[in-house]
Amino acid sequence: MADLHELTIHDAHDRLRRREISAVELTRSVLEQVDRRDGEIRAYLTTTRDLALAQAEMADQAIARGEQIGPLAGIPMAIKDNMCTAGVRTTCGSRILHSFVPPYDATVVRRLRGAGAVLVGKTNLDEFAMGSSTEHSAFHVTANPRDLSRVPGGSSGGSAAAVAADEAIFALGSDTGGSVRLPASFCGVVGLKPTYGRVSRYGLVAFASSLDQIGPLTKDVTDCALVLSAIAGHDPCDSTSLDWPVPDYARSLVPEIRGLRIGVPKEYFVPGMQPGVEAAVRAAIGKLAEMGAEVAETSLPHTRYALDAYYIIAPAEASANLARYDGVKYGLSLDETGDVFAAMERTREAGFGPEVKRRIMLGTYTLCAGYYEAYYLRAQKVRTLIKQDFDLAFQRFDALAVPTAPTVAFRLGERISDPLSMYLTDVCTVTVNIAGIPGLVVPCGEAEGLPVGLQMLGPAGGEETLLRVGYAYEQSRQSRRRVS
Amino acid sequence: MAISREEVIHVATLARLGLTDEEIALFGEQLGSILHHMESLSELDLSGIPPTAQVIPLRNVERPDEVRPSLPHSDVMANAPRREDGCFRVAPVFEGP
Repeated sequence: MADLHELTIHDAHDRLRRREISAVELTRSVLEQVDRRDGEIRAYLTTTRDLALAQAEMADQAIARGEQIGPLAGIPMAIKDNMCTAGVRTTCGSRILHSFVPPYDATVVRRLRGAGAVLVGKTNLDEFAMGSSTEHSAFHVTANPRDLSRVPGGSSGGSAAAVAADEAIFALGSDTGGSVRLPASFCGVVGLKPTYGRVSRYGLVAFASSLDQIGPLTKDVTDCALVLSAIAGHDPCDSTSLDWPVPDYARSLVPEIRGLRIGVPKEYFVPGMQPGVEAAVRAAIGKLAEMGAEVAETSLPHTRYALDAYYIIAPAEASANLARYDGVKYGLSLDETGDVFAAMERTREAGFGPEVKRRIMLGTYTLCAGYYEAYYLRAQKVRTLIKQDFDLAFQRFDALAVPTAPTVAFRLGERISDPLSMYLTDVCTVTVNIAGIPGLVVPCGEAEGLPVGLQMLGPAGGEETLLRVGYAYEQSRQSRRRVS
Repeated sequence: MAISREEVIHVATLARLGLTDEEIALFGEQLGSILHHMESLSELDLSGIPPTAQVIPLRNVERPDEVRPSLPHSDVMANAPRREDGCFRVAPVFEGP
């Protein structure tokens, strides 16, 4: 029998319901795993041990009273430290929010607490979610659990590493240009970036508001569906949240994809891609065809402009969003001279790390009079073309299958001093945020001894199809493992 | 290719961002090479293409103008670096009389 911290949500739920285990036992097992592993992985910025045990106790009491518990009741989770947790420090991996304690819960946190999930702690990230390796945290780096000399990916690297190392049963991340999907691929877990507006952003500390979306990081596709069902839906506190009905996503988990039309856009197999990564992704796509999907190559011609458009749009929005850190309402405040502008400049100089400063500078530059048309407006027009590429593709295909990144997890320190090479890590993921569509990453084998993730893209609201394809693929791998 | 020191300082002032001398030099170089990479976008003929600011099919989201409970005042002020009489205290912005 697996140790309790190794369980998936659905396995743990079955055992809780049958009263074979208690939520307190499950939580203790996860906390012990944190004690064992987090010294070297460093996935967490804050752990909430007492809160976790108290919440687990409440779940056990509900079970003891004979209540019908929901699928997340008593399940230990980790939350990326850019989502507000009432009474629990929320730093965004930044010195400027080093001691910020939010007075309210983000909507996703409120929903998960309402569903009875147990908060183990808050996970590390690139400062304000700006980065692809989690090395830009102001506090410490996080190691990839599969190889401690490598990055976990970013920016939700702490959440992905926590799930991969069984230091949480599931986690939430946020994805602005690939920040859920890249670490999922690098750490060998499942990650979903939902349709823009599917999940409320209320209480998610804003990076780039037209691109940000919260998504689950889980051990399998079934768990992903369970978490999405819990966090999706309209929220009056987020005017960009969609009022579309929320299906029971677990019902889309049918291992049957015969006749499903899956496109393979050639532009995602970029020059310089590691051969082992391409081979693993192509083999996974071959498996989908073997299971009866109609697979065909296609072209999304504007894909190669997406990265440049993204690195104009995202920093521009960030430079506006981060104007709020002025040392007046909360956060670090350095006022040495009594001059209001000098105080702001000093506070922001001391509070922000190099990558955040770089993006504020880049975003301010491209929004300047004289450059606005050449950069920002141009990028927004390219955004139209990228969205049109997808609209056309989804007239022919139910989903697209592509790589998540050109490489497996790279070494700690390898790209930190070259911002452009770090940005290029996101070349296969930014398109999804630009077009507002969903993207699901499922582990599809290894290259160079490290995990590779298959990324599947769908039209807006297409999460059910993605989960179905992901589930069917995952089942085929598990049955193969059982045979061998 | 690097952007000039004066330009870096100008942009930093607009962003109310203090920078060290090393950062001014480093960002001048790095922003220059990043912006150079972005010139790929000028290959495209974008005449007649409308810009997209956001992708969801929502326009003018409104809600009823109803009084709802809000956070207690003490919670709102709890993180404030400087307080006075229940307000945020800031340095003077305008010159005195």
